[in-house]
Amino acid sequence: MRLRKKTRERLFIASFLAGPLAVYIIFVIWPYIETFGYSLTEWTGVAPPSKVVGLKNYVDLFHDESFRHALWHNIFLLIFFPTITIVLAMFFAFMLNVGGRRGGLGGVRGIRGSGVYRVVFFFPQVLSVAILVILFQALFETNNAGFFNGILIKLHITDANHPWEFLNSNTFVLWCILFILVWQWVGFYLVLFSAAMQQIPRDYYEAALLDGAGRIQTYFKVTMPLLWDSVQTAWVYLAVAAMDAFALVANLTPGSNFGGGPDGHGEVLATYLMRNFQTAGKAGYACAMGVVIFFITLILSLVVLRLTRRERLEY
Amino acid sequence: MSEHGLPADVSRRQMLLRSAAVAALAAPAAGLAAGCAAGSGSSPKTNPSTSGSTGSGAADPKNPFGVKDSDPLDVYVFKGGYGDDYAKAFEAMYKQQHSGSNVTHKGSQDVTGDLQPRFNAGNPPDVIDDSGSKQIKLDVLNKGGQLTNLDKLLDAPSIDDPSKKVRDTLLPGTVETGLLGSSMFSLNYAFTVWGLWYSSTLFTKNGWTIPKTWDDFMTLCATIKGTGMAPFCHQGKYPYYMMVPLMDMVAKNGGPDAQTAIDNLEPNAWKSDAVKNSVEALYMLVDKGYMLPGTEGLTHIQSQTQWNQGKAAIIPCGSWLENEQLAATPADFGMAVFAMPSLSGDKMPATAIRAGAGEPFIVPAKAKNQAGGLEFMRIMCSKAGGASFAKTANSLSVVKDSITPDIAASLKPGTKSSNDLYTAANGQIINWYYLNWYSAFATDLENAMSQLMANKIKPDEFITRAQAAADKCAADSSIQKFKRPTT
Repeated sequence: MRLRKKTRERLFIASFLAGPLAVYIIFVIWPYIETFGYSLTEWTGVAPPSKVVGLKNYVDLFHDESFRHALWHNIFLLIFFPTITIVLAMFFAFMLNVGGRRGGLGGVRGIRGSGVYRVVFFFPQVLSVAILVILFQALFETNNAGFFNGILIKLHITDANHPWEFLNSNTFVLWCILFILVWQWVGFYLVLFSAAMQQIPRDYYEAALLDGAGRIQTYFKVTMPLLWDSVQTAWVYLAVAAMDAFALVANLTPGSNFGGGPDGHGEVLATYLMRNFQTAGKAGYACAMGVVIFFITLILSLVVLRLTRRERLEY
Repeated sequence: MSEHGLPADVSRRQMLLRSAAVAALAAPAAGLAAGCAAGSGSSPKTNPSTSGSTGSGAADPKNPFGVKDSDPLDVYVFKGGYGDDYAKAFEAMYKQQHSGSNVTHKGSQDVTGDLQPRFNAGNPPDVIDDSGSKQIKLDVLNKGGQLTNLDKLLDAPSIDDPSKKVRDTLLPGTVETGLLGSSMFSLNYAFTVWGLWYSSTLFTKNGWTIPKTWDDFMTLCATIKGTGMAPFCHQGKYPYYMMVPLMDMVAKNGGPDAQTAIDNLEPNAWKSDAVKNSVEALYMLVDKGYMLPGTEGLTHIQSQTQWNQGKAAIIPCGSWLENEQLAATPADFGMAVFAMPSLSGDKMPATAIRAGAGEPFIVPAKAKNQAGGLEFMRIMCSKAGGASFAKTANSLSVVKDSITPDIAASLKPGTKSSNDLYTAANGQIINWYYLNWYSAFATDLENAMSQLMANKIKPDEFITRAQAAADKCAADSSIQKFKRPTT
């Protein structure tokens, strides 16, 4: 029997995808399914689960105040982190690529020294999180030996007996984390947006310039709309990163076993999950948390993609 | 979350403060399995008298385990706060006794990553320091039949005096810490002493004396503050450091009753006078401005370095402090430690301190050179072994009388001082169990402590929060409950 052409084509493609798909199922999908299974049990994490408790972990989660606090902290990051990062990265990318004074190729070029800035802005991306942690620990040190506090005290902005608390402040700990996240990621999205901007044909800018458009108008009427795909991608990635923020919070905020302090004010879902999983011996409960975080992130990505869907312009 | 394998000194802190804990925790948990452990362990070998009569070479006190010099020995050491130079020193001693034997050494932090595959493949090292945040849990190993029963080590003749058993050459509490059921499966080797640390040079220069009572301590703090130096600093980023002095004071002031009530999560345990007195006393340090400004946000390294630099006079810590601060400590610093000052009406003497065994060493059941592993431990348990550990790891070991006066003279000042402090305590040792049994509860306490030290809550609220945390833990049926042993 001869298969229809379309079916044969599909089989041909599937034969190539079988390997990667198997790897994906074994190492990604299956662990998710397992996590869901474990979330229905009472499990200490060091010995096989002792009993099935159904949805009890999820019910407990619903009543867990610490979990709710952590969720709100992630939502805080979710609102501010992508917004600030994208706005800054877009601004810098624009300045580096088309923000310069007139002249140059087709009347469009970046500001003076843009090549240097591009490299400098990318630096934070090259640093590993371990180095970031050490760096910001020294910058945010809470006594007069700290970098920021040292300056603040020298300038008499703060009193040497009451240095700023930074990461140890109930109020500002999340802002400090936000600051570091933005600092860390702006450079990456700057490069992403730069690449996208360079794809935009120069004639568009020339035309805009000829029509008498200023820098701001060019930005909003030409650059922004044509970068929409990149922004959409950035938004999804940044939203996922905001739901995580594990490494920085676990290492920089006060508290033993994955930070989260002071007194829970720096806690995010990922650190709360890990503390339950590894320290408190509540691995089943932590798995339930993992499942909830998975769905939140999934829904979030879908919502972002759906809301930002636009007609695509080919050039 | 892919990055959580990260750096973090935190993990090392964890291991240092809780290494004793892990082993202690394993003991009651394995108590459930004690029946089967005893069953499987009832082979003739566990009984030294029968093995002595049946075995031919076992009677040799110089080589009780029948080590063959030709067998290589594979040593794996967790390279944490104590480094791994001390293990290399033991290996040299082993080679000296068993000339020609080939000893391989590995010091690393990722115990689970390195050794889990080797255990699964039936090819584990011969002796392991299974410690740190990536420790393979001892009860898990035991359940999988991976641990050698170390009772035969305890019953072997001591190197120093063959008429004595190794068991009798170890400090009290060591064997208990390593028990899983009724047998010892881990040798917890490092002996840690907690207290308040200071520079004796600084104190002598200023004519300051060690305070015995809390009132003396407050007077001293006022004097120190008068000189422009901060009297006290602490590792605020990790609030459990300050929980140690607090709970030492509670134990001293309330005695065994207060300790039993808290460890057993009894209702209103935290409402006792002992807790109230202690929290209020400790809060004075904050209230009177005796803290180094900003210390509540410093890491252990930051605060300890400030202390080394003379920015603050006193810091609470365990005896790993000296080795940890080796590079930052000025040569004439004269590191020393004193016990928590006493409150009026204390039920324990002022010299009482917190101390315990940690750093579990094991011999895998499937080790190729099991005899060599046991012999390695027997060397560790000799006086020379203990003395070597004191010198190379700058810490005390669980070997009794290993610190002879001439060794004491050559010890680093902090190690010597903690040894003196332990001797002076004369068996009055403070022990808390809740820390190892109920980690979520301990975290809640630490959160409250962070707020007390940042002056965001007052002692009353701290006590209310502590009691609420205890009640929450007691009511949580998913947490296995234990009872404090009555001694």
